[in-house]
Formats: sequence, structure tokens, C-alpha cells
Amino acid sequence: MSVTAESNELRDDVLNGLQLSGQLERVWRTPSGLVGALMSVDHKIVGRRYILTAFAFLLLGGILAMLMRVQLAGPEQTFLSADKYNQIFTMHGSTMMFLFAVPVMEAFAVYLVPLMVGTRNIAFPRLNAFSYWMFLFGGCFLWISFLFNVGPDVGWFSYVPLSSLQFTPTKRADVWAQMITFTEVAALAVAVEIVVTVFKLRAPGMTLDRIPLFVWAMLVTSFLVMFAMPSIMVASTSLILDRLVNTRFYDASSGGHPLLWQHLFWFFGHPEVYIIFIPGTGMASTILATFARRPVIGYPVVILSLIGTGFLSFGLWVHHMFVTGLPQLGAGLFTASSMLIAVPSGLQIFCWLATLWDGRPVYRTPLLFVIGFIVIFVIGGLSGVMVASVPIDTQVHDTYFVVAHFHYVLIGGAVFPLIGAVYYWFPKIAGRMLSERLGRWNFWLAFIGFNVAFFPMHFLGLIGMPRRVYTYTADMDWAHLNLLSSIGAFVFALSFALLLVNVVYSLRKGALAGDNPWNGSTLEWATSSPPPPQNFDRIPVVKHRDPLWADSESLPVIAGLSAERREVLLTSLAEAEPQTREASSEPSIWPLLTAIATTVFFIGSIFTPWAVLWGTPPMAVTLIGWFWPSGSKEDEE
Amino acid sequence: MLLATWPLAACAGRQSALDPQGLQSDQIRHTLFIFVAVAAVVWTAVVIALGIGMLRRKRAADQPLDLHQTFEERTGRVILALGIATTVIVLGLSFVSYAGQRTVFAKDENALTLKIVGHQWWWEVRYEADSPHQNFVTANEIRIPTGQPVKVELESADVIHSFWVPSLTGKMDLIPGQKNELQFTAKNAGMYRGQCAEFCGLQHAHMAFDVIALPPDEFGRWREHENQSAESPADQLGKQGEALFRARGCALCHNVSGTLAGGQLGPDLTHVGGRRTIAAGTLPNTPATLGAWISDPQHIKPGNLMPKMPLQSDELIAIIHYLEQLK
Repeated sequence: MSVTAESNELRDDVLNGLQLSGQLERVWRTPSGLVGALMSVDHKIVGRRYILTAFAFLLLGGILAMLMRVQLAGPEQTFLSADKYNQIFTMHGSTMMFLFAVPVMEAFAVYLVPLMVGTRNIAFPRLNAFSYWMFLFGGCFLWISFLFNVGPDVGWFSYVPLSSLQFTPTKRADVWAQMITFTEVAALAVAVEIVVTVFKLRAPGMTLDRIPLFVWAMLVTSFLVMFAMPSIMVASTSLILDRLVNTRFYDASSGGHPLLWQHLFWFFGHPEVYIIFIPGTGMASTILATFARRPVIGYPVVILSLIGTGFLSFGLWVHHMFVTGLPQLGAGLFTASSMLIAVPSGLQIFCWLATLWDGRPVYRTPLLFVIGFIVIFVIGGLSGVMVASVPIDTQVHDTYFVVAHFHYVLIGGAVFPLIGAVYYWFPKIAGRMLSERLGRWNFWLAFIGFNVAFFPMHFLGLIGMPRRVYTYTADMDWAHLNLLSSIGAFVFALSFALLLVNVVYSLRKGALAGDNPWNGSTLEWATSSPPPPQNFDRIPVVKHRDPLWADSESLPVIAGLSAERREVLLTSLAEAEPQTREASSEPSIWPLLTAIATTVFFIGSIFTPWAVLWGTPPMAVTLIGWFWPSGSKEDEE
Repeated sequence: MLLATWPLAACAGRQSALDPQGLQSDQIRHTLFIFVAVAAVVWTAVVIALGIGMLRRKRAADQPLDLHQTFEERTGRVILALGIATTVIVLGLSFVSYAGQRTVFAKDENALTLKIVGHQWWWEVRYEADSPHQNFVTANEIRIPTGQPVKVELESADVIHSFWVPSLTGKMDLIPGQKNELQFTAKNAGMYRGQCAEFCGLQHAHMAFDVIALPPDEFGRWREHENQSAESPADQLGKQGEALFRARGCALCHNVSGTLAGGQLGPDLTHVGGRRTIAAGTLPNTPATLGAWISDPQHIKPGNLMPKMPLQSDELIAIIHYLEQLK
């Protein structure tokens, strides 16, 4: 324990406000220039990059969606060939799930969680930088492959044996499987950082029952990532081994089994939905509290719901496999466990409704998106109860009913709160407000466009349209609803174009935000917008669940951290009592170099097994560079 | 919203789950309607509660409200009650679902048994009787008797497919290395379209089939006829076609019972002239489409496993003529 520091050290309690601010800024600033940018370990800079990159992938995934909607707008269209269409729907799903939805939620957490818990940087900042580079390289790898016509074409679920070497002899399935590895690395790293940040770096006094709801949501999400990702990791590694070195994990003729893939995939794949949805609820809770002008009713209920949802999400993967011929009684039990997840989700919704009832809501754009979220998500949740029923699922499984269902859940449950979150936190990140007028247009186009695009799909599924078909004939009577759906999809896409316009316009012309434009209650609003490199000049002390509302005059702070090197304060797990000061990483180029070496290793191994040999030394070198002990004052003692 | 637009789709479509013609699909629709009714009530209640919550207060507040209000305690009980209500509804629906499931998956020992093998991208249908000489094989067209339970045993020759005839019952996957089965009973005579429901590669969209339910005596006659070997063509052009069928390599992949053509890779063509469609439900079976298909199968269904055969036009005409006679 190093609570007693050297006497000559510059501490933050001996400097006055202005001096301290300047001194800390010098210490925590990311070096300027390109090299400096590549070395940055500031969670805000990494987080901002993460968010922008994830939205870039949203844009790409959205363009693919529009191409599919053109193809399906009428019967027997020849706009896309079967081969292109299959690549496009695979890329759409893979991009949206692995390169947008999970990363964007983690990206917001990377930016916001350290601010919300009142610390100066995320835990393991270099790992954080590494995770971003891995995500970027993995995403680019996938998209470059697609542009070179080796994009995967076996679905984002890549069922074996279709994705096995025998039926996909090209590199397409390898590209998919390796991309999974990249995103696993990135997602797992961030999950670990979030958990440690929340458990060890919280501001003094932020006991477990004072943690903001978004932070709670990200904590639960991070645990889901840590338990779900290993499953897909095993699945995709086995797949790549089957393909590259001829193992037989999934080959029924050699003692393997194709259903093994499905069990592993859905044991990850179902929690995945909640990995995306739970952060959305955290955003919704935060926004709702701020604009209803009161804390969310039933704080403990909401947290228990999050935890309950997390636990239950691991017990229902089999409802993706009701038509694979599993024993009927088991399937029946999975029906019940799948439906039960409606209970914690329902409880959260009741808490939000009660909050609105008792609050005095101010209807600004972020709140509109949260209300849209509730209206849409409830439909998705209820259709989820339907697909959890074995007899209903035997009809709707793999039809457009399911397409409708999960878009209601994922777009309603995650993207709507996410766009609300963009409007809500943009002032903090950019220092300027987004246009409210454009925001309202954005909301209404999104809400109407979304429902017109996806509601008809429920019927399309029930009148027999299977998923993943690139064409259909006129005599199937699917044409009218498909055309309607395509029109809605373009309106929905327009709403995102409007969001982009709003962001670009407001970055230059938006009204200056000030520290706390919405009068929010959580700690990120206690610092300037955008926050300085050190986040807070002095670490706040938390005495209430809503510190900025309860201590609106001046927030109590703690002093004593070093002002001449990067230091964060560690606190105890439950009570958040100060324990020790801990050095935080300096900027470093090694995470980037390690990510490059890792990328070369992984991509090389697709093309030649020798890459495992020649790919190892660069990785070893970069890792040694990364972990090379750097001297510090304490070491010299 | 759900209920209001429901009638729109209630009777549409050639392979609609909303227009059941079988005992199982009827039961499934029944279960579905119960769920939809409950869902509609719940959604409406939530939206009404949301609306009231939004409109209840006239004046928006600039400052956060007093944080120590008693509303929380009173609401706590309401939220608890709603949570219990949700649990009760969910458990109720689980029982409804399980009851439906038992009916849908009930087994009948006297069912007529067929074996269906999924291929990229067509359906092999094997009728297997107690004595082997009554066995025969057809493709992409399944005839069944009405009113009698039918059991289909599902296997796959390559990747995972899914057998789905929404008018008769829900779907079941065909998985390599695993034997699945599905039972259903057609209530009325008629023709019901089915389609592969699990993504199975390039031509997943073109893997359809027909189930034709016939009155039992008519089915019996069809079965008798189907069991016969192909008749030798009577005319000169037909004989020429048969010879070309062997000479040009068709017989390497296709079987025509009673002839030397014994290929096992492609669909059995013994009675191909009597089928409604070709290329797994992709085209109606006419001399013109048959000719188009044989002369360039990759144009119609890119990626399918039938190679393009270099044929003179008179050869093509002879082969078409021969196939047309195989009824």
C-alpha cells in the first residue's frame, strides 16, 4: 500500500484550482500529432473512436439492408444475384451483431463508465486501446474481404455443415470465423475493463446502491460477455480447426455432430441479445430519470431485474432449436424458461411507467426515443413470448415473423435508446447540443419508418415467407407486404441520414452545451463538456444516489492524489471506501503494434498453417514491449 | 394494432399458417390466436398506461422533484402486483403452449410412413412398403391420403434443411447424422405448397415442393401406378430420346426404373412427366420449361448441381419428348 507518498511529491491538495487544472491536464494529455493519436490510452479518445467506428459499421450494415429491401420489394427481382444476396444478408447480420450492436454499447461504456463512477481513466487503459484496434482491424478485414468477393455467405449463424469445408470450399467461412475471433478479443477485453472499473475505481462513497443504473447495466452486460463469449470462441475455433487442419468436431460421418455447433452458438447467441438489450435499458433508465425530473422508481427492482435477466438469458438458448428434433419434454421446459424472462423485463417497464406517472416529464428528443423504445419493445417482447412456444415456433421459426420479432427487440430495445443516448450524451462528448428540431424529425421518421418496415413482416412470416430467400414468385401473395416493408425501410434509413446531418451540423453550429445542459444527476455532468483529459480535477465524493441533484451547490471532493503523474484512486468493492492510489498507464504505441501483430497472425493462419510459426515472433516481441517494466518513483524506493 | 390488422392476412397465401388444412396446423393456429389475444391486451394496457403517464402532469418541471416522495412506496405494491400478474400470465401461456405441443406432436402407430431426404436443392421422397417390391422413389411432390396420419422420416444428404408445409403442420429440420420425424394429417383434399425453411446455401430460395392430399382410394390408385416401372416409349422420337438420355450422360445422375438409367445423384425421373413442376417447384412442368431447364440449368437456378449439357436442338427435342412420356 502506497498511501504515504514521498514528501517532495506534488499533490493535488497543495495547488489551487487553476494551477491544479493546468498541471493535471499536462500530465493526462494525449501527446499531439499522429503518433500521439496512435498512442492514446485516454478512455474518452478510445471511446469516441469506438463509437464512431461502430456507427460507421451501422451505416455499412444499413446500406446492405437497403439493398436487400430493393431486391425483395417485388417478386422475381434480378437486382441482386443469389450469390450476392447471400453474402449481403450474411454481412448485414454479422456487421450489425458483431461490428455494431455489441461494440457500440461497449463503446458508450468505455466513454461513460469512468466518468459516471468518478475516476480518471478506465482500468487497463492499454488493453482498452488494444481492444479498439482489434475491433477496427477485424471489422476492416471482414469488409475488405466482402469487397473482394470473399465475404461470408453462410449466414451470421454459420450453421455447419453448410459452413464446413465440404460445402463452402472457398475462404468465405474462414473469413467469418476469424472475424469472430477479433470481436471476441475486443468484447472480452472491454468487459474485463468495465467490471474492474466499476468494482475498484468508483468514487469514494459510491456504494453498490448508489451506482448509476447505466453503470449497473454495463456491469451485468460485461458479465454476460464474459460467460457467453467463450462459448462462441470454442465454436468458431472448432470450426476453423475443422476447416484448416481437418479435425471433425461437426462432421456427423466421423463421430462429430452438427447440433454441437448450434448448442455452442446459441448458448452465446441468446445471451448476445441481452448483451445488446441490457445496455439499452440502462440508457433508457438514465434518460428517463433526467427528463421525468425524478429518479427512476424502484431502483433496487430495476437492478434485480437486470441481474435476473442476465441469469435467465443463459437458460433459454434451446428455443432457437425447437425444430431440430430435440426431446419434446425438454423443449417444453425451455418454453417456460424462455417466457419467464418476460417477468424481469416487464418489471423494468412497470418501473419506467411509474416514473413517468410521478414525474413532470420534459419532452425533449432523448425522451421521445425512450418512449418509442417502450412502445416498440413491448411488441417485440410479446412476439418473443410467442416464438418461445414450441407449437407456434414450429410455424414461425426461420420465417419473416422471426425477422420482425428480433428487429422489434434489437432496434426497439437497443437502437432506439441508443439514438436517445446519442442525443443525450452528445453535448458531453462534443460540447455542443444537437438540433432539437432535426431531432424531432429524426424521431418521427424513425418511429414511423421502423413500424412500416417491420410490422408487415409478422404477417409475411405467418403467410409462409421463409427467411433468407433472395427471391419469391408473384403467386405467393407476398409482394404487397414486401413493397410496403421496403418503403418503410427507406423512411427508416432516412431518419439515420437526418441523424448524420444533425451531428455534422451541430459539431460546428450547435449551441454550446455547458457542463450540465439537461440537469442530469450523474457524475459525468459534474465536469466540463467535453471533459478535460483528467476527467475531474479532484475526485468527487458521492453521498447520494443522485449526487448532482442532492448536492447541487457543490460536490464534495477528495484530495491527495499525485499531480505530477497519472494516478487513480482505488476503492473497496461494496462500500467504495478509499484504499490506495494506483498508477495509470502512460500513452503507449505497443497496444497498436500488438494488435497489428495479432492481426497478421490470425489472417495469415487462414491461408497457411505456417503463419502459426512465423506469426508468433512478432506477437512475442510486441507483447514483451508492452509488458516491459517501466521505472517509477515507487520502484526506486 | 395486432388485432386490428389481423383479418388482413387471415386467408391469404398458398402456404399460409393462417389457413390450416391439417389437424396439427389447426391446433397451432388455435394456440397462436390465444397468444395474440393476450399480447394485444397486454400491449394496449402498457400503451394506455404510458399515455396516461405522459399526459397526467400539465406542467413540466425545470428542477428535479423532491427526492423524498412517498409515491415510491405506494407504487412498490402496484409494481409487485403487476410482476405477479406477469408471472401468472406467462405460466398460463406456458401451459397453453404445452397442451398444444402435445397435440401437435402426438404419435399414431398406424401412420403411413414416408422417407424424405433433403438435397441441395431438391427433395427426395421414398415410399417404402412392407415388401420391397412395392417401394418407389419420387421427387419434389408428395402425395398423401386425406384423413390418415402421415409420418415423414427426415434425413439429409448434405447440409441442414427444414421440411415445412405450413398448411398442414409446423416445420422440422433435416440434419445429417440425425433421424427426425414429423406426423401430420390432412383434413381436406388439395394441394399444399411447402418450402425449405433452413438456409441451405445458394439456392435455398428455390427448394419448394407440393404436398397433394388425395382421397384414400385415389391415393391407392396413384400408388399402384407409381409403383410400375417406366413404360418404354412407343414412338420413334421417344425411343431416340431414351437412347440419348443414356448416351448424353443424363442416366449417370438420374434413375428411370425399368431402364438402364440408374443414377442416384439427381431426382428419380421414372414418372417425371406426371409431376406438376420441375427444379423443386421452380418452374411448371411443360415441354418449353423442360427444354429451357435441360439446355441451361445454371441460368434458371445458378449453382444447382446439374451441369449444362451440350445438346443439338433435335437431340433436346427427343429427350423432352421422352421425359414427357414418363407419366
